[in-house]
Amino acid sequence: MSKILLHGTEAICEGALRNGCRAFFGYPITPQNEVPEYMSVKMPQLGGVFVQAESEVAAINMVYGAAGAGVRAMTSSSSPGVSLKQEGISYVACARIPCVIVNVMRAGPGLGGIQPAQGDYFQATKGGGHGDYHLIVLAPSSVQEACDFTYKAFDLSDKYRVPAMILADGMIGQLMEPVELPPMRSLSDIPKKEWATDGRFGEKRRILNSLLIEPDVLEPHVNELAATYEEIKRNEARCERYKTEDAEIVLTAYGTVARICKSAADKLREQGVKAGCIRPVTVFPFPEEAYAAVAAQPSVKAFLDVELSLGQMVEDVRLAVAGKKPVRFYGRTGGNVPSEEEIVQQALRVLAEEKRI
Amino acid sequence: MKVFEKTKMLTDVHMHYCPGCTHGIVHRIVAESIEELGLEQKCIGIAPVGCAVFAYNYFNCDMQEAAHGRAPAVATGIKRCLPDRTVFVYQGDGDLASIGMAETVHAAARGEKFTVIFINNSIYGMTGGQMAPTTLVGQKATTCQSGRDPAVNGYPIRMCELLATLDAPYYIERVSTQDVKHVLAAKKAIKKALKFQSEGRGYTFIEVLVSCPTNWHMKPVDALHFMAEECTKTFPLGVYRDKSAEEGKEHA
Amino acid sequence: MASITIDERICKGCGLCADACPKKVISLSEHRMNANGYLVAEAVNPQNCIGCAFCAVMCPDLAITVEK
Repeated sequence: MSKILLHGTEAICEGALRNGCRAFFGYPITPQNEVPEYMSVKMPQLGGVFVQAESEVAAINMVYGAAGAGVRAMTSSSSPGVSLKQEGISYVACARIPCVIVNVMRAGPGLGGIQPAQGDYFQATKGGGHGDYHLIVLAPSSVQEACDFTYKAFDLSDKYRVPAMILADGMIGQLMEPVELPPMRSLSDIPKKEWATDGRFGEKRRILNSLLIEPDVLEPHVNELAATYEEIKRNEARCERYKTEDAEIVLTAYGTVARICKSAADKLREQGVKAGCIRPVTVFPFPEEAYAAVAAQPSVKAFLDVELSLGQMVEDVRLAVAGKKPVRFYGRTGGNVPSEEEIVQQALRVLAEEKRI
Repeated sequence: MKVFEKTKMLTDVHMHYCPGCTHGIVHRIVAESIEELGLEQKCIGIAPVGCAVFAYNYFNCDMQEAAHGRAPAVATGIKRCLPDRTVFVYQGDGDLASIGMAETVHAAARGEKFTVIFINNSIYGMTGGQMAPTTLVGQKATTCQSGRDPAVNGYPIRMCELLATLDAPYYIERVSTQDVKHVLAAKKAIKKALKFQSEGRGYTFIEVLVSCPTNWHMKPVDALHFMAEECTKTFPLGVYRDKSAEEGKEHA
Repeated sequence: MASITIDERICKGCGLCADACPKKVISLSEHRMNANGYLVAEAVNPQNCIGCAFCAVMCPDLAITVEK
């Protein structure tokens, strides 16, 4: 199949539409405005629903209603807007309503800036709103992955009845790259949702609810959620390894930063330094076993975690590496993105320090 | 022959409302209206946060429980995707006119084709009697213990009047549960709104004055008298929008 | 002949039925409580019932059935 040149946000939309998403609710915020704009044109063409909501809060609650009625539904925003959605995300997580939330991250905290960042990792992977819950979180590093991961997110979310998030940094939101689009899936091919409150004639009534006021009712429900998260950890953790087989320094990053790290690893190898890269594809579940396996390699002297934040994923890396090897950190914030050369220099510094010790 | 028995649109679960609270009456007339219009087999309701939070236990149809104030957004999601279903939201005054004001006004402005049942008892009941956006001037609440003072707390919000400034709403009426006559009129209004929805006409909004004997610190019968004498002064009963009447004139 | 049946299990003794009854059929018991501790409504003058169902219209708990 031939490739077409697509914007990252358009690729996200196509991934959704081609896997049966027929309801989109959004609110303008930079740098993801092209998502609602694209959906406002495409959704009606496919007989789907597009509503520009009055706020991010309303948008996620429209998703609650639509997805609760059995329709594949999505909302999209950027960091400050995703903060606003957290209440609704906690509710969909508790009521077990599958849906997809896109966060094209920009710099924070507060209103922050509109340049790329990765400061919402904790929010995305540790729950984000109130209460004990997780989302399935996929982190694309290319426009192709933005499309493919959004497509896959709908299937994963439906399978586990756990909301899924596409955690993209602002660069994905602004890149154009060639993409091979998946075929348009027929709606009849998507499994029917018996639990959906769709007002079906004459069947037993259903309730979607996140109020479980009796402690002995809520606790089993939370335990059931926890068991589902464990199942997701067992089945769905994914990562990409790049030249780690003989690496002495392992760069690690997610999203577009991982691409800069891979280039940096190549540069380091040109200089005779055996560098590799490991990148989580799913940041929840975090691919702990893959990290543990790389950490166990005798060749590996140290990890260097690179993020567009003050260091968030690095905590998961350290938990997975479990003290087997040192895990160092290099981060840029404010919307700045480290260059390949910057990462090379940081890697050389880390190696020099480790060798001195 | 039975001249009055419970509608099948309500479950057999005993309602949790305080003695004399007229929420139960509104549940009944909403449920009866749905049944009488033959809409019970394609109905989806949305429960709020507040005293009616357990409404999903009582209405015998598919139900979603919304976050505080978000019922109109949830209903928008459902009704847009399933336009042939009957969708109703049931919300109190704190839920609808305070935390959910944005969702309420924008759903009305977009002309979403569902029915809103708005319960105005001028108090936060479930949380124990705090001041609501509808608390009357001078009325006591736990967060304005000397009575609502406009200089400090501002004035109550009249939702029917506010929504009637918008172009899209199809039907807006304020009714009361103060006595038999008014309950019968309230049912007529609710039934009318649901019928308009079933005909795909547009946004329909029924505000129902309800008593809160517990937090008004009154006996149930006295609370009905207070509603009739005081609440209706701030919240006059009547039709605030009826596009069917306007359409009728155009046809004439 | 018209009559009412009050489901005492769910009656909360609020008295809205008694207030609405035009024929003084209903009164709240002064000593008889249900399992929830409410003094229940009872038909003290059942012979006066005209089957108007005003009591049932005002009962918030749907505790009353009316026959005619």
